[in-house]
Amino acid sequence: MSNAQPSQPVPAVVNLEVDSSCRFPLLFMFLCAACWLVIGSAFALISSIKFHSPSFLADSPWLTYGRVRPAYLNCLLYGFGLQTGLGVALWLLARLGRTPLAQPWLVVVGTLLWNAGVKLGIFGILSGDSTGFEGLEMPGYAAWIIMLGYLVIGLSGVLTFHQRRERPLFVSQWLILAALFWFPWIYATAELLLVAFPVRGAAQVAICGYYQASLGMTWLPLAGLAAIFYFIPRLTRAELHSRYLALFAFWVLILFGGWTGIANSAPLPAWMPALSTVATMLMAVPLVAVALNVHRTLAGKWSMVAANPPLQFIVVGSIAFLLAGLMKIACVAIDTTCPVGLTWLTPAQAQLNAYGFFALVMFGAVYTILPQVTRVEFPSTRLVRAHFRLALLGLLLTVAPLAMAGIVEARRLPDPGIAFMAVVKSTLPFLRASTMGDLLLALGHVLFLVNIAGWALRFYRPRVAAAYAAATADLSALEAKS
Amino acid sequence: MNHGPLIFLAAFFALAGSWSGFVLAPQLQVGQLQQTNTLGGGATYPQARSGLAQQGLQVYRANGCATCHSQQLRQSGTLCDVVLTDAGTNQPALIAALLTLKCGTVPTEAEQRAVIPANTNLPAAIQTWSEADAKQMLARLPQPVRQGMTKEQADAAAKTLTAAGAKAQIWIVPVGPDLARGWGRRRTVAEDFLFDNPVMPGSQRIGPDLANVGARLPDVSWHLRHLYAPRLTEPASTMPPYRFLFEQRKLGPAASPDALALPAPWAPPPDYGIIPKPEATALAAYLASLRAEAPLFVAPLTLPVASAAPAKPPAP
Repeated sequence: MSNAQPSQPVPAVVNLEVDSSCRFPLLFMFLCAACWLVIGSAFALISSIKFHSPSFLADSPWLTYGRVRPAYLNCLLYGFGLQTGLGVALWLLARLGRTPLAQPWLVVVGTLLWNAGVKLGIFGILSGDSTGFEGLEMPGYAAWIIMLGYLVIGLSGVLTFHQRRERPLFVSQWLILAALFWFPWIYATAELLLVAFPVRGAAQVAICGYYQASLGMTWLPLAGLAAIFYFIPRLTRAELHSRYLALFAFWVLILFGGWTGIANSAPLPAWMPALSTVATMLMAVPLVAVALNVHRTLAGKWSMVAANPPLQFIVVGSIAFLLAGLMKIACVAIDTTCPVGLTWLTPAQAQLNAYGFFALVMFGAVYTILPQVTRVEFPSTRLVRAHFRLALLGLLLTVAPLAMAGIVEARRLPDPGIAFMAVVKSTLPFLRASTMGDLLLALGHVLFLVNIAGWALRFYRPRVAAAYAAATADLSALEAKS
Repeated sequence: MNHGPLIFLAAFFALAGSWSGFVLAPQLQVGQLQQTNTLGGGATYPQARSGLAQQGLQVYRANGCATCHSQQLRQSGTLCDVVLTDAGTNQPALIAALLTLKCGTVPTEAEQRAVIPANTNLPAAIQTWSEADAKQMLARLPQPVRQGMTKEQADAAAKTLTAAGAKAQIWIVPVGPDLARGWGRRRTVAEDFLFDNPVMPGSQRIGPDLANVGARLPDVSWHLRHLYAPRLTEPASTMPPYRFLFEQRKLGPAASPDALALPAPWAPPPDYGIIPKPEATALAAYLASLRAEAPLFVAPLTLPVASAAPAKPPAP
């Protein structure tokens, strides 16, 4: 292993080769992911408006809260999150290995499968075929297609890694490789033991908790940190402060991340929530390691952040990673004295982790990768900046109100003197305020889609026009003759 | 360094650790649970839900009810009530013992709450218990003498009573905010979900906890009306109406027995009735079947005898 990021100059030819091999598959993946974000925002808005008026769209079983809300979360997680994460991971594997993407057609086929699976899954949730397991609502018939899609995309990733020309490994490659293998493992476990051959009784609760933790506290951090550790040094033209700190964070994450998913109130033997609490406390270690590493890498370079929109996304995402982790630890720590487990603090934390950390880092990564692979500059820096502002404001306006609703709930629910409906009523203003945040996020997602589509158009339009002209050259020659 | 395979193995074991901890071990422990016996009664628990209620579980799943409703009650601990079951023959000694127990010691937290209504600033030590009260108590046995004590305190109190020739029992009472809210008698345990598939304990309380809703609200027609128009039964409800689980049908000369009894703003036009579809009937049957309150070895409690303590008013 090398001690630092490959820093010797890379021949431009190699980079060109890498980028052109990634171009179509990645544009395709990111475009699909952006579409899922926009669709997901629509679901998020519908479910949020229901807190203003419960009877909004209530006469359609397809759009009842209990179906729309999981549909939104699944769009965000599987439609956008995992798909973009995979795309960024593939590019990093190719770039860091200085080798073209292996079998790009595999990625395209895999992406087609993946998106077909997610489409079928969201359709299944809305039509009432949800599995009932949080984070895993997409029905079994969609899960097979999703799994297959992942394996096909992942195969290309593993092949790319295998044929790398730069033998020493950078930290990001470790993280990505672990993530590539980790998802099929947890997804197959959960799908087989919960949906295909369900285990008996409350063991399902433990397995579902394991899956949620493994995805939210291991897979997302692995993929997100891989991007953070690569892009922050690269965009600031620095070296990663410490490779050892990063590897240390990696080991702690994969050792303890999967243990963090069992809630204190879960109807399970007491040792499981207790172990889960300990593991959550241990997550402080990678948090500090990552925060220190990012902070030191950025030392003296903060002025570069404001000037570079993709870097803004990634730095804010790193801060959200720290905050989301601290929030989770704090919630678990005070849960024994003041029960916060079943309040709005849980979704607020999940939003901060999945959106604030992961999605923002992915936006930054996509905005850095696309100009490279298309060799086309930003269609509009203004739009990217606008997307950043909308995403940041939307994030604040979703996470803060939900967290405040959770705090109100946690303070008032333990007092049996306060009627339950009074508690619900006191959380409503916050839930209604979060609709504003959802709206801003939705606008941001539209901009994201417009930006990516802009790149695709800018790159392909002249080529399509040229191809068309070439194809019709004979015809026009004929016409000219006659 | 060329430790590729070694690192791969290490990473594999790191990831396999959590898998064996929270997939394999729960399956070996919780996944192998069998029906058990309730404490005291010795009845088999849990009983499989009726076929209709099992269908209702699937309606609950399909509509994502668990998005807003948890089915997991928490319990912060257990306390003991000392219950006098038999007065014995030495009444003067017993009355003296009762007076010592009632007035001679500091009241427990539970007793303070019962004696002093919330939000008043009466001193906590007020004990207005006289011999007359004691005699009144002896007339209606069994009666709780002290409530909310620790095991040691309860043992001592029971000893005082038995020394006076009476018979006393110690009842186990689970306590916690959820239980004080009237949502159930004990915490939810793995056994409660033994026959359910999928198990949906939920993760949020946008609506009230449903672990015991069948015990709180056993009336199926209440659930049907609540599903059709939540604000009919709970004016401030934020639950969406599930009108798609019902149909409006023209009634014949005889009124349908299934039609919901609805007041003015919700009532259908004359000659029409709101009839629950099979899904609604099943869901209501499932909700009414939710009763996780049997005393178990893992979550012990003593169920009060019917004639004893005054029944708590059911909370909504």
